Amino acid sequence: MVVKVYGPAFASPKRVLACLIEKEIEFEVVPVDLLKGEHKDPEFLKLQPLGTVPVTQDGDYVLYESRAIMRYYSEKYKSQGTDLLGETIEERGQVENWLEVEAHNFNPPVLNLTLHVMFSSKLGFPRDENLIKESEEKLGKVLDIYEERLSKCKYLAGDFFSLADLSHLPFTQYLVGPIGKEYMISSRKHVSAWWNDISSRPSWQKVLLLYPPPF
Amino acid sequence: MATPVKVHGPPLSTAVSRVLACLIEKDVPFQLIPVNMAKGEHKSPDFLKIQPFGQVPAFQDEATSLFESRAICRYICEKYPEKGNKGLYGTNPLAKASIDQWVEAEGQSFNPPSSVLVFQLAFAPRMKLKQDQSLISQNEAKLEKVLDVYDKRLGESRFLAGDDFSLADLSHLPNAHYLVNAAERGELFTSKKNVERWWGEISSRDSWKKVVDMQKQST
Repeated sequence: MVVKVYGPAFASPKRVLACLIEKEIEFEVVPVDLLKGEHKDPEFLKLQPLGTVPVTQDGDYVLYESRAIMRYYSEKYKSQGTDLLGETIEERGQVENWLEVEAHNFNPPVLNLTLHVMFSSKLGFPRDENLIKESEEKLGKVLDIYEERLSKCKYLAGDFFSLADLSHLPFTQYLVGPIGKEYMISSRKHVSAWWNDISSRPSWQKVLLLYPPPF
Repeated sequence: MATPVKVHGPPLSTAVSRVLACLIEKDVPFQLIPVNMAKGEHKSPDFLKIQPFGQVPAFQDEATSLFESRAICRYICEKYPEKGNKGLYGTNPLAKASIDQWVEAEGQSFNPPSSVLVFQLAFAPRMKLKQDQSLISQNEAKLEKVLDVYDKRLGESRFLAGDDFSLADLSHLPNAHYLVNAAERGELFTSKKNVERWWGEISSRDSWKKVVDMQKQST
């Protein structure tokens, strides 16, 4: 029985894909076209009542929320593949700390940029230039704090790669690519080195090769 | 005897109160260190050393220094599994995953609209700031949709992650408390049968009553 991951074309599911590859866990993907509104289909809502991707299905076991899925598989297969949780409870605490930072400080402004710069015309809502400007400013302040943090340690949770770093991959890839704000990363020496390091991991390169974005 | 853990921040802060509720559930002794946000203490160089984003809470357990309330809660549960409520973060991997899923749902779907409403309806008037009516209606609508999903879920299980109170339910207490008690939005919870039952149960837990007391004493 191989775990199924729904919605591989989109950013949040790519967190899960990268995680499963790092953990050497076999999986299958099931496309869900968000642009066609397939996530609002009654069938999909039965699986995931909040109507978002990713969802994973492992036999009968269904789980959603990308960071919850990553935690579950990283713990279940702790001794297989890359250890993404740190070795001690204290290291795990740091991983959780920076994973929450990604969720609550990094993700909101970068998600606004993603929606308005990349998806507004596709989804038919007006592109809000004010929101884009505000989001870039907010994101800039967050990245300044990352710059300071990454000047003291190689990765966000310490000197080891973890879920905290991995969680940043999909939307940062959008930021330096289709969103057109690569300078936000490249202008910050330590953030830039960190990005180059984590984005060149074979797991991420494989995700980019096998699961192209929706457009 | 182990040094009590330290929590930096005002108990009135929703994120601080999330951590306090967890510590009390887990029976972990703590010291609350005040941070006067009106005076900008959360932006002082000393505070920024322990929380570089200038947000509350910050947390210390001997040499371990952490921030982000949900991360702190998970750490407390992992570090002290035998203390207090042993099932708060699940006693097996599937239970834990379900709890994580609903903590994420809280953080990603419940927290954003409820935080805006708490700020606009409870804090802005007290701070003499102008309310943004369109922001209020937009976020009320979002929160209604989320609570519809919750109502269905809570018709299938007693608490969000399963049949036991967990970190997932606890995570909702701070914002929901203000919506009901300071923002006059209790109807959001009482208009849905299962949500109302759930809110009644989780808000009357001893641990939450103690946190509310701490909030009252701090004013």
